[in-house]
Amino acid sequence: MSDFRNQGSGGGPSDHRDVTPSEGTASGTMTIPDLDGSGGQATDRHDAQGVVDHFFRHESGKLVATLTRIFGLHNLELAEDVVQDALFRALDVWKLEGIPHNPSAWLTRVARNRAIDLIRRDGGRRTFAPDLDTLQGWTLSYTVDAHFASGEIHDDQLRMMFACCHPRIPAPAQVAIILKVLCGFSVAEIARAFLVTPASIEKRITRAKSVMKKTPGLPEVSGRSAIRDRLPAVQAALYLLFNEGYHGSHSERAVRDDLCREAIRLAILLAEHPAIGSDCDALVALMCFHASRLAARVDDAHHLVLLADQDRSAWDHALIARGADYLTRSGVPEPPTAWHLEAAIAGEHCMAPDFAATRWDRILGLYDRLLVLRPSPVVALNRAIALAEVDGPEVGLTALRSLAEHGHLANYPFLPAAMGELCKRLGRDAEATEHFETAGSLARNPQEREVFRRKAS
Amino acid sequence: MADFLFLFRGGRPESQDYSPDQMQQHMQKWGDWIKALGEKGVYKGGAPLSLDSKVLRDAIVSDGPYAEAKDAVGGYVIVAAETLDDAAEMAKKCPIFETKGVVEVRPITAM
Repeated sequence: MSDFRNQGSGGGPSDHRDVTPSEGTASGTMTIPDLDGSGGQATDRHDAQGVVDHFFRHESGKLVATLTRIFGLHNLELAEDVVQDALFRALDVWKLEGIPHNPSAWLTRVARNRAIDLIRRDGGRRTFAPDLDTLQGWTLSYTVDAHFASGEIHDDQLRMMFACCHPRIPAPAQVAIILKVLCGFSVAEIARAFLVTPASIEKRITRAKSVMKKTPGLPEVSGRSAIRDRLPAVQAALYLLFNEGYHGSHSERAVRDDLCREAIRLAILLAEHPAIGSDCDALVALMCFHASRLAARVDDAHHLVLLADQDRSAWDHALIARGADYLTRSGVPEPPTAWHLEAAIAGEHCMAPDFAATRWDRILGLYDRLLVLRPSPVVALNRAIALAEVDGPEVGLTALRSLAEHGHLANYPFLPAAMGELCKRLGRDAEATEHFETAGSLARNPQEREVFRRKAS
Repeated sequence: MADFLFLFRGGRPESQDYSPDQMQQHMQKWGDWIKALGEKGVYKGGAPLSLDSKVLRDAIVSDGPYAEAKDAVGGYVIVAAETLDDAAEMAKKCPIFETKGVVEVRPITAM
């Protein structure tokens, strides 16, 4: 799980992060839309906008989190079934009746009623969340309703996020279970996003659930030490999720944008919570900065566009502004965390009006500090690229060569690519071509191969 | 012009293993189809039917056909059309076919 963090920052001459293909431009800002209710008579309701994108998916996540709080984590599957039923009911009714005034409340009511029915029916045989043992009789509806009050739902989603990042659940399984229960993705959708078989995702999810079965309650989110302990894992999982959407191998574009979107949405949820707050601001900033460049990374012919050549007007400047906000809020802690440094580096790229105006000296300084915190070969590579911009290609090449000698990045195409770039700048064309050919042989998908092929010619 | 009834049989989305997103998209298609009928000025009404039911034979009440019955009627729509063929034509774009459902078209007999 260590390398992904270091792929976070924008690179130098070859922005090796721009590997995602596209069927077209990414949609606009990545803000979470507000829910818009609609009303009126039958055709009026069918006339109205309809529910916003991914409404079912997001509601599913919220409701599963809340029901799990009530039923207990060991009854996660029961919670999922209840929510699934509610969505089917909504589909059945709304397709002919139109969308109700408050679709969220409608779904919540249906899920709540079904939950109460189930509790009544199973009350004797089933255990619920440990602190809710009095789910009986006249207190039942009251207790359930209290949990559906919106303030609780917000916290329930956070609690669920922490539950999903249980230390005994392996990182890929953490991401899979987050996508499934918090974000409302289906197993098939997750499999497509990760380019593995649905069976493989099922296994990860089963693994995660079996760990959860042994933990009846959800973690508390009121600033207790358990939260501090698990926060790094949650941040790592969210960044893994984001990374998959941003850098993932050749796959459907739509699903990949969704992954970035979901990661940002959940990171904001974390950052906005008073008990957690500023530790996550830098992470949100980092994600916003990267996501802002998604639209410009691939041109109309599905070719990768490197950082130096990207049309910066296609960057999402609202998202950049948002990132800058969060970066400011994250403060300047001494010592800085890796998130702060990565966010600052990404921010330098995003706020430079053009490639030439990039403040490479600042970026180099940030990489110097990042390398101390995260002494990984990928960080060293990125630092060397920045070094070349500040002290010239010869110095950069020396740094890169020493990396190559250590053999750490033997299969990483962007090391020879960077060397090729610097050789080109020094007029050493034959050497450059050789490096680009090596890069091409290490390329992991057609888009990367094409970029290196063009550089080699 | 007369009124015609569309009876929607089967096509339960549960059988399709839809993700929440796919359910939403499917619902959107229904919305668009009905909206189109409204724009043509032929939509007279419609509603979903709950899957609870009772059946009476010889004035004896029993539980109705179960929801899992493949051709259980899930809802209806009423349209205005000149002929049965015209009404049937309108039903061709119904999204129920994606979920393997059936549309039965019946004239509401004018008195």
